[in-house]
Amino acid sequence: MSAISPRTTSLHDRHLAAGAKLGDFAGWQMPLDYGSPRGEHLVVRGGVGMFDVSHMGQIEVSGPDARALLVRGLTNRLAAIGPGQAQYTLMLDDDGGVIDDLIVYALIDRHLLVVNAANRAACWARMEALATGYEVTVADRSDEIAMIAVQGPLWERALGPLVGSPAPLGLEYFEVTEDMVASVPAFVARTGYTGEPGVEIMCPWDLAPRVWDALACGSTPVTPAGLVARDTLRTEMGYPLYGNELSSARGPLPAGLRWACDVEGLAFAGAEAVRRDLEDGPIERLVGFIFDAPGIPRPGQDVLVDGSIVGTVTSGTLSPTLERGIGMAYVAAGSATPDTEIVVDVRGRPRPAHIVRRPLVARSPRND
Amino acid sequence: MADEHYPAELRYHREHDWVRVEGEEAVFGITWFAQDALGEVVFFEPPAVGAQLSADTTYGELESVKAVSDIYAPADGEVMAINDDVVASPELVNADPYGAGWLVRVRLTNPAGVDDLMDQTAYTAYLAGLDQA
Repeated sequence: MSAISPRTTSLHDRHLAAGAKLGDFAGWQMPLDYGSPRGEHLVVRGGVGMFDVSHMGQIEVSGPDARALLVRGLTNRLAAIGPGQAQYTLMLDDDGGVIDDLIVYALIDRHLLVVNAANRAACWARMEALATGYEVTVADRSDEIAMIAVQGPLWERALGPLVGSPAPLGLEYFEVTEDMVASVPAFVARTGYTGEPGVEIMCPWDLAPRVWDALACGSTPVTPAGLVARDTLRTEMGYPLYGNELSSARGPLPAGLRWACDVEGLAFAGAEAVRRDLEDGPIERLVGFIFDAPGIPRPGQDVLVDGSIVGTVTSGTLSPTLERGIGMAYVAAGSATPDTEIVVDVRGRPRPAHIVRRPLVARSPRND
Repeated sequence: MADEHYPAELRYHREHDWVRVEGEEAVFGITWFAQDALGEVVFFEPPAVGAQLSADTTYGELESVKAVSDIYAPADGEVMAINDDVVASPELVNADPYGAGWLVRVRLTNPAGVDDLMDQTAYTAYLAGLDQA
């Protein structure tokens, strides 16, 4: 009984009032669902939903050498983005294992790394360790910044009446701007983790309830959605989740994240291991799969081809969009081709499935 | 979703399964407590018709988006029918756990075994005890 009681976000009261089922997640008590994860998922696909993701970490890097440090500390080609732009990228350890996947937001005078809640301390420690010799300030802003993801095709209609200027509505995918939302100063970014168009709003911790209430009560009300729906949405898109698809045990290439690595420059920490992987070619690959018949895959289950185990499920769920069991798995590179017929061992019951390209559903978060 | 209740005409198993005895036959399902703990049910893996179920052992699975839950036979019986409506619409287990959300109909092979199960009073007391644990 000595466990530290989980932390709550500034929107905790709102979650309770909305009837949320709460669960512990990376030391936080977060809304898992508000009664129907499936319904919340479908609202995001067809309307607009909002997620409290205030548990995520924000690490601010500023100073003359900020970009030099980030080129060293992050895998993607930082030169490709300037102020007002964001980029999906990875932080690796010296052996090339993934410490975290994250989004770096280039702001006017600093960079903000939005990292997974579970990896906040590890990312902070890594940046601090790499910062030696650089003229930078690395600050953990996680306790000061709340974050609300507004996701779904109706996001513009919901956000439009609340913003201080038209700029947030004109953002291209992976652009970020500073504006007002419900009279609260905020960063608004065209990013997300659902496969739908939408924004992520970062605002002062204590002011998040004002933004949340304005979104919930607007002329296009935004439906609260929980972390379970967030997980089924990202699984349908084939987006990796740290702890499931990504870990320090694997590098970025087997996960299909070569595109998030500057493989020309290879100047980032951990690049040696990535270079070896590039030369050797991957022995396993992350794939998406869809069940051919009823059933739900779960992480840890064996994947078989012709009776031999070729891989392991990393994420699995029932797709609310497809109404089929779907998932992701690491499989031997030779069995990773789309349309390959596989079998997933679901607690002793063989479930036939086939490998598909990601995303598993025909959705896109980009502008139409 | 249904409101929390535990009908007086049912008998209850500690794994939160119920049985409704109808002569030599009986119907099995899961309680309000069980469906609430599981959350929105999205999949029912039923036993085969004709399967012999033994009290206190699992005979099928119910799954929510995030979890799998074994279902336990509250009594011995041979499966006569499964609820195809729940196979097609698993959310019936949440909406109406004692009615449309029933799971299987069996022929009781040891009817006296039902007498060992909890009645409504004992089961609600049992739930209150779990709450305090």
